[in-house]
Amino acid sequence: MMQEEEFSSKAYLDMELLRFTTAGSVDDGKSTLIGRLLYDSKSIFEDQLEAVKRASIKKGNETVDLSLLTDGLRAEREQGITIDVAYRYFATPKRKFIIADTPGHVQYTRNMVTGASTANAAIILIDARNGVTEQTHRHTFIASLLMIPHIVVCVNKMDLVDYTEEAYEEIKNNFSDFAAKLAVKDVRFVPISALKGDNVVEKSKKMPWYHGGTLRYILENIHIGSDHNHIDARFPIQYVVRPQRDEFHDFRGYAGRVAGGVFRIGERVKVLPSGFTSKVKSIISHTKELKEAFPPMSVIITLEDDIDISRGDMIVKENNGPKIGQDLDIMMCWMSEKPMMLNGKYAIKHTTADARCLIKDVKYKVNVNTLEKVTDDKSIGLNEIARVSIRTTKPLFYDSYRQNRKTGAIILIDEATNTTVGAGMIV
Amino acid sequence: MEQIKKYNLNHLRELEAESIYVLREVAAQFENPALLFSGGKDSIILVHLSVKAFWPARIPFPLVHIDTGHNFEETIVFRDELTKKIGAQLIVGSVQESIDEGKAVEETGYNASRNLLQTTTLLDTIEKNKFDAAIGGGRRDEEKARAKERFFSHRDEFGQWDPKNQRPELWNIFNGKKNMGENFRVFPISNWTEMDVWQYIYMENIDIPDLYYTHVREVFKRDGVWLANAPFMTRKPSEKVERLRVRCRTIGDISCTGLTESMADSLEEIIQEIAATRITERGGRADDKRSDAAMEDRKKEGYF
Repeated sequence: MMQEEEFSSKAYLDMELLRFTTAGSVDDGKSTLIGRLLYDSKSIFEDQLEAVKRASIKKGNETVDLSLLTDGLRAEREQGITIDVAYRYFATPKRKFIIADTPGHVQYTRNMVTGASTANAAIILIDARNGVTEQTHRHTFIASLLMIPHIVVCVNKMDLVDYTEEAYEEIKNNFSDFAAKLAVKDVRFVPISALKGDNVVEKSKKMPWYHGGTLRYILENIHIGSDHNHIDARFPIQYVVRPQRDEFHDFRGYAGRVAGGVFRIGERVKVLPSGFTSKVKSIISHTKELKEAFPPMSVIITLEDDIDISRGDMIVKENNGPKIGQDLDIMMCWMSEKPMMLNGKYAIKHTTADARCLIKDVKYKVNVNTLEKVTDDKSIGLNEIARVSIRTTKPLFYDSYRQNRKTGAIILIDEATNTTVGAGMIV
Repeated sequence: MEQIKKYNLNHLRELEAESIYVLREVAAQFENPALLFSGGKDSIILVHLSVKAFWPARIPFPLVHIDTGHNFEETIVFRDELTKKIGAQLIVGSVQESIDEGKAVEETGYNASRNLLQTTTLLDTIEKNKFDAAIGGGRRDEEKARAKERFFSHRDEFGQWDPKNQRPELWNIFNGKKNMGENFRVFPISNWTEMDVWQYIYMENIDIPDLYYTHVREVFKRDGVWLANAPFMTRKPSEKVERLRVRCRTIGDISCTGLTESMADSLEEIIQEIAATRITERGGRADDKRSDAAMEDRKKEGYF
C-alpha cells in the first residue's frame, strides 16, 4: 500500500511494466477481482469510491458494488454490462500494471482478442463451483491463439466450496488436460476468493494446503524479460528523418521501433525489399547515441551507405531474414458485423507496411467453445475465428506469429468504410 | 539514477517508446496533423516526446492552443517561450473570437465556464486549418469515459466520437484511414498515469510552469474546491477571498481549475504529495462535476 510503505522515487524509476488481460463476466467475479486489486493497491481514490457508493445506493444495492468502478460508458452503466475493452492502471512497489479488462461472453470474442493482443499475461477466472466450462475453453484458446506468454488460472469463489484442496486439485487437473492440447507455455494456478480477499493480495489462512504465492505476488514476479524475441533482428521503418537544418545537412535517419532481436553499431545489415547491405553507423535516441537497440525501443538508425529506404521497408541482419511472400495462411478473427467476403479484397496493414489483399480460401473455422474444426461452412461472421489463405498485392516481410508477435500480425480494413474488420496471425 | 537491465526497459522508458512510436505513426499516416497544446503538464510532455521522436529534425506539426481567454497568465508566457525554444509554429484558436462571431454563446451565472465553448473553437480551428489529426494529452486513467478511448480515435465529419462503434485496436498496428472530412484525435500518452507523468518530468528534468509549485494566490472556495480569484470570476456573496499557499495539480481554463493547498516547491515533493493523495486529479475539475457522464457527453460532441 503506497501511503503506508515509504515511497521511493528511485524505486519507482526502476519498475517493470506488466500488461495483462482479464476475460470474464460479472458472474465470475471478474469485476470484484479487479476492484480488489485496485482497491488493495490504493489505486482507487476517495472521490471515485464516493461516486461508486452514490451509484450503488441509487441502484438499490446494499453493499458497495466495486464492479461499478470498471463501467465506463453510459450504456454500460444502464445495462450493467461491459461492452468494450477498458484499460485500468495500478502500481505496487515492484511493478506497474496495465489491465485490459474485456467482457467474456462469446459475442465479445473480438474484444477479448483486442485485449489479448498486447498482453504479457492472461488471468483466466474459474468459478470453483462450476469447474472448467466452455467459457474457460474459449478464454484459454484465445490466450493461446494470441500467444500470451503467461497464463494465471484463478480458481475463484473458494469460500463457496469450503476452501477444500480436492475441489481445487480437480479443476487444476481438468485444466491441465485441456491446456495440453494448446500452445501455452507457462501456466500457474492460484485458489482465491476475490470477494473475501483470500490469496489476492493477502495470503489466505483458510487454505494452509496451498503453498504458492498470492495472485499479486505472482503478477509481481512473472519473468517478463524474455517475452520479446531477442534473436531475429527486425526493424520496420516507420518514418524517414531528414532535418532541413544546416548542421545536419546530410543526415538521413530511419525511425522505427525494434520489433525483434538486437541491433548494434558496426553490424552488417540488409534492407528489404531492395536487398542492399550496409553497416549500422549510429543508433540515436534524441541527443543520445546508443551502442545497441532491442525491443520495444523506439530509435533512429543511420547507415554507412546511402540507400533508398522508405516507410514499410525493413532493416534485418544480413544472415537472418524474415520470410518474404505474397501468399499467406492466417488465423483470422473477424471483427465486423459484415461477414468476410470470400474472394473479397481488403486493405491490409502489417508492421508499417500497407498493401491490399484477396481472401482466397477458408480452410476451416474453429468452434471457440469446443475447439473443433468446422470445414463445411465457409461463411465467417462477427466474432468467428478461421484459418484463411490470402494473397497480397506486394510481398510482405514476415515471421510466423508464433516466432514474433510484431512481425507475425496483420489487420484487415474494409476499403469502403475504412474500419478494421479482421485481426490475423500469420501461421 | 536509472538502470537499464539487460534487454529490459523500465516502465517509463517502455511508455516513452510506445508514445514516440505513436507520434511517428501520426507523422507518417496523416497529411496535416497538429498538436493540441494547453500549457498543462500532459501537453508539455507531448511536446517533449515529439522533440525526442523527430530529433534532429524539428517536430513536423504545429502546436495549436485553444485559448479560452481565461488563462493563468503564466501559461501564456510559458507557451510562447516553449514554442520559440523548439522552433515550432503556434496556431491560436480563440474562444473570444468564436463568441464575437456569434458561433458560441457565453455561459452566464456563477459556474459559467468557457470550457464547453472550447469545443466549438476547436472544431472550427481544425476545419479552418484542414487538420486531419489532432494530437492530445488525454490519458485513460483520468476519467472513466477516457478509459475506453483508443490511441487513434476516429471522428466523423462533425468531429463526433461514437463510443459504441470504435475501431478495434490490435497490437501496435494503428488504422488512420478515413474518408474526406473525417479526422482523428490521437492520444499518445493513453497508457500513462498521473504518477508516470510526474516521474517522467522528474527523470527527464522537463520545465513546467511555476503554477505547479507552491505559490501565494488569492483564492475562494466553491463546492469544496479552491478556485483562483480573477476579474472575470463571479463570486457569490458567501464566497470570501483568502490568500493561501496553493499549487495547481492540473492546469486548464482558470474558471474550472481547482487549486490544492500545498507547500511542495520541488518535483520530489510534488511526487510525494501525489503518492499520498486520496483524490483524483480531475476531482478538482469543475467541468467534470456537471454529471456522471459529463466527459462522455463532451467527447461525443467533439471535445478532446
